Amino acid sequence: MNNQTSTAPLNYLNHQTGLWSWLSSSDHKRIGLLYFYCIVTFFLSAAVLGLLMKIEKVAPGQTIMTAQTYNAMFTLHGIIMIFIVVIPGLAAVFGNLMLPIMIGAKDVAFPKLNLFSFYLFFGGACLALYSQFANGHAPDTGWTFYVPYSAEASSNVVLALTAAFTLGFASILTGLNFIVTIHTMRAPGMTWFRMPLFPWSLYATAWIQLLATPVVGITLLMVIAERTLHVGFFDPKLGGDPVLYQHLFWIYSHPAVYVMILPAMGVVTEIFPTFSQKPVFGYVPIALSSLAIALVGYFVWGHHMFTSGMSYESRWFFSLLTFLVAIPSAIKVFNWLSTMYGGSVDLQPPLLYAISFIFLFTIGGFTGLTLGAVATDIQVHNTDFVVAHFHYIIFGGMGFGFFAAIHYWFPKIYGRLYHIRWANIGWGILFTGFNLLYFPMFIMGIQGMPRRYYDYDPKFQLGQTISTIGAVILFIGLITMISNLIYHAKKGALAPANPWHGVTLEWQIPSPPPHENFDEIPVITKGPYVFDNPYTK
Amino acid sequence: MTTMFSGASNLAEAVDRAFIFIFAVSFIFTIAIVALIIYILIHFSRKRNKNPQQFHGNLKLEIIWTVVPLILVLIMFYYGWVGFAPMRKVPANAMPVKAIGRMWSWSFDYGNGKISKDLVVPLNRNVKLNLFSEDVNHGLFIPAFRVKEDVIAGYNNYLWFQPISKGSFDIFCTEYCGLAHSGMTAKVIVVDSLEFNKWLADLKVSGPGVEHPGLTIIKANACIACHSLDGTKVIGPSFKGLLGSKKMVVTAQGEKEIVADEAYIKRSITDPNSEIVKGFNKGLMQSYKDVIKGEDLDKIIDYFKTAGEQK
Repeated sequence: MNNQTSTAPLNYLNHQTGLWSWLSSSDHKRIGLLYFYCIVTFFLSAAVLGLLMKIEKVAPGQTIMTAQTYNAMFTLHGIIMIFIVVIPGLAAVFGNLMLPIMIGAKDVAFPKLNLFSFYLFFGGACLALYSQFANGHAPDTGWTFYVPYSAEASSNVVLALTAAFTLGFASILTGLNFIVTIHTMRAPGMTWFRMPLFPWSLYATAWIQLLATPVVGITLLMVIAERTLHVGFFDPKLGGDPVLYQHLFWIYSHPAVYVMILPAMGVVTEIFPTFSQKPVFGYVPIALSSLAIALVGYFVWGHHMFTSGMSYESRWFFSLLTFLVAIPSAIKVFNWLSTMYGGSVDLQPPLLYAISFIFLFTIGGFTGLTLGAVATDIQVHNTDFVVAHFHYIIFGGMGFGFFAAIHYWFPKIYGRLYHIRWANIGWGILFTGFNLLYFPMFIMGIQGMPRRYYDYDPKFQLGQTISTIGAVILFIGLITMISNLIYHAKKGALAPANPWHGVTLEWQIPSPPPHENFDEIPVITKGPYVFDNPYTK
Repeated sequence: MTTMFSGASNLAEAVDRAFIFIFAVSFIFTIAIVALIIYILIHFSRKRNKNPQQFHGNLKLEIIWTVVPLILVLIMFYYGWVGFAPMRKVPANAMPVKAIGRMWSWSFDYGNGKISKDLVVPLNRNVKLNLFSEDVNHGLFIPAFRVKEDVIAGYNNYLWFQPISKGSFDIFCTEYCGLAHSGMTAKVIVVDSLEFNKWLADLKVSGPGVEHPGLTIIKANACIACHSLDGTKVIGPSFKGLLGSKKMVVTAQGEKEIVADEAYIKRSITDPNSEIVKGFNKGLMQSYKDVIKGEDLDKIIDYFKTAGEQK
């Protein structure tokens, strides 16, 4: 294929041209990029909403918007971030881009289904946007759609629920596709325990997507039936049970947190060995802890409901299970640190993001313990503490994992290098802004500042103002990071096949990869992280 | 303002103990992890270490860092459980108060028609709040007491506490309930026993049968969540001095001045968005056409008349 003498050999980006060749491509890499551009666009729009909310809260009382607008904004911010950005994010973008290559396959098991999933996702995303603007009544229920409010609110709740349902369907199909791909398409010789750990994390994730998403799908349909046909499932006015809704919602939505974070853990597990030129420490514990998280993660949903009036026994029981799910995460952190220990550590931007991931995820994890203990949860439940906690986990974890992934695989995806110095500067601004924005919210939360509050008691003003300043800095960091990437995707210096001296399969093929990844499917004879000739210059 | 982290109820001490244990462990581990990262970045930097070691793992270490965190989190669980357990065991002698949440206000019913906007309780006495919602989910949160429970229609949820210091403390709604969620606040006022008894005796009896029937209808439909009775500007215009007052209204045709007479008020109940008082937002109130009708409308107007005369 690349016997031409031109400087740019044919690759997946240029072997066919024209918009239609992208929109109709079943190439996993092109689908990955379609997801990537969609998700980044949605991420930036929802980030702007977040910034506007923070500006509103710089002082008590009305600053730039009314209460109704604020309530609609946090709803839209949540729906976009959770259902369109964070849940599909890493799996759909980097799973699609890298999974087949990393296991030595030419594509996923069902390429056309993969393209169909993308269009389901895209349709769901558009529907979610439409629900915000149709009839001038943006939904204002919060992304959790708690009944009875969501059964009674006059806004476009049904449209938003249908959107979430459609997005869920896309997620189920992607999960199914990845499970079959991993089971059937690994290169000859790649046994389960010779598979790299990012695919392992995607495997655990895919099972959650496949098994948990249908629960929320059905639940959202039940709310729609309740609103349109007045069947009393959840609304007490119709004889329903509002707490049942919360159970069904969190049976999905807690495992969904692991859909968000597991692939991010997989990403950093690839980065630490490469930039230390040293094998992963504790390969088997890391692989199995992903499965353990996926499994135990199913049984902890009740910790979202400690104040719901649930029975005494179920409260302490869910608390106990919640503490158990902390252990596999702790195991991973210790193994990552030990992977770097004794290595030859090169602090390039991907590693900088991966290390920040450990730091932010550790803070998110520890504050999660505060939320897991019943007594302390009673105090901080539904306060800013929770908001700070899950932003540390989701943004600090999944988000920084995503940024680590893009800085790691960028040369592979585009065949070009970004500007290292600017990437470091962008990271610095982002990381500073992040902590200024979210850390004060822990303190305010303990002091009793409830979440989803448009207005607040003036005693919280200092914390709120610092948080707003953090939001502005964070936003500047995002712009810096993204402009560096956008500019150098086309204009950057040409990247070699293996700029970071990694040893997994994606680094053994040209950058960008050819249309079908491998001219010849490789035969695997050893584990994924063997550094025969460590590069230490 | 009382210091925010000193507990003002009997339950606070055990909760704070759980906080302190969890935060202390978290703090030590976070510092240790950060210190180790910095050490690695310096000591094993590519400049200094050209010979990355090639080890793959260590079973002994894996066991240590599984078992030690497991023990620590089990202790955390224990503290959390011990702090929580008494919250669900209400002493038999607790004074019951019915706490009612509605969009978007609280009221506290002491029985015999004695209803208060704020929760006044006697020092060192056990108080049980029976939580009752008239509409959607709410959450009753008293940060200083370390108590919070959701207020859900059809659920007989409850909480209890014994206030151990005098003063005034915040009550917040912590389950998102729509437009004015953040305005759904009240106070707990802790006074000594004698003062409490006097306050309760002086509390005016209100509710159906005592107050004006028009007011009962207004309260039953939660009008006062958005329209205050005392002149405060909330989401809609206040009811105080409303009847007969001059208002600038915004209609589809433009602005005009009208007198808020009986006909206008009735129109505003059945078709609220066609003539909006200037300075307030359109689309926030739904029509009560099928909810409040006929005689009830007249009772409301009559209430406005009597309220106007009393002034």
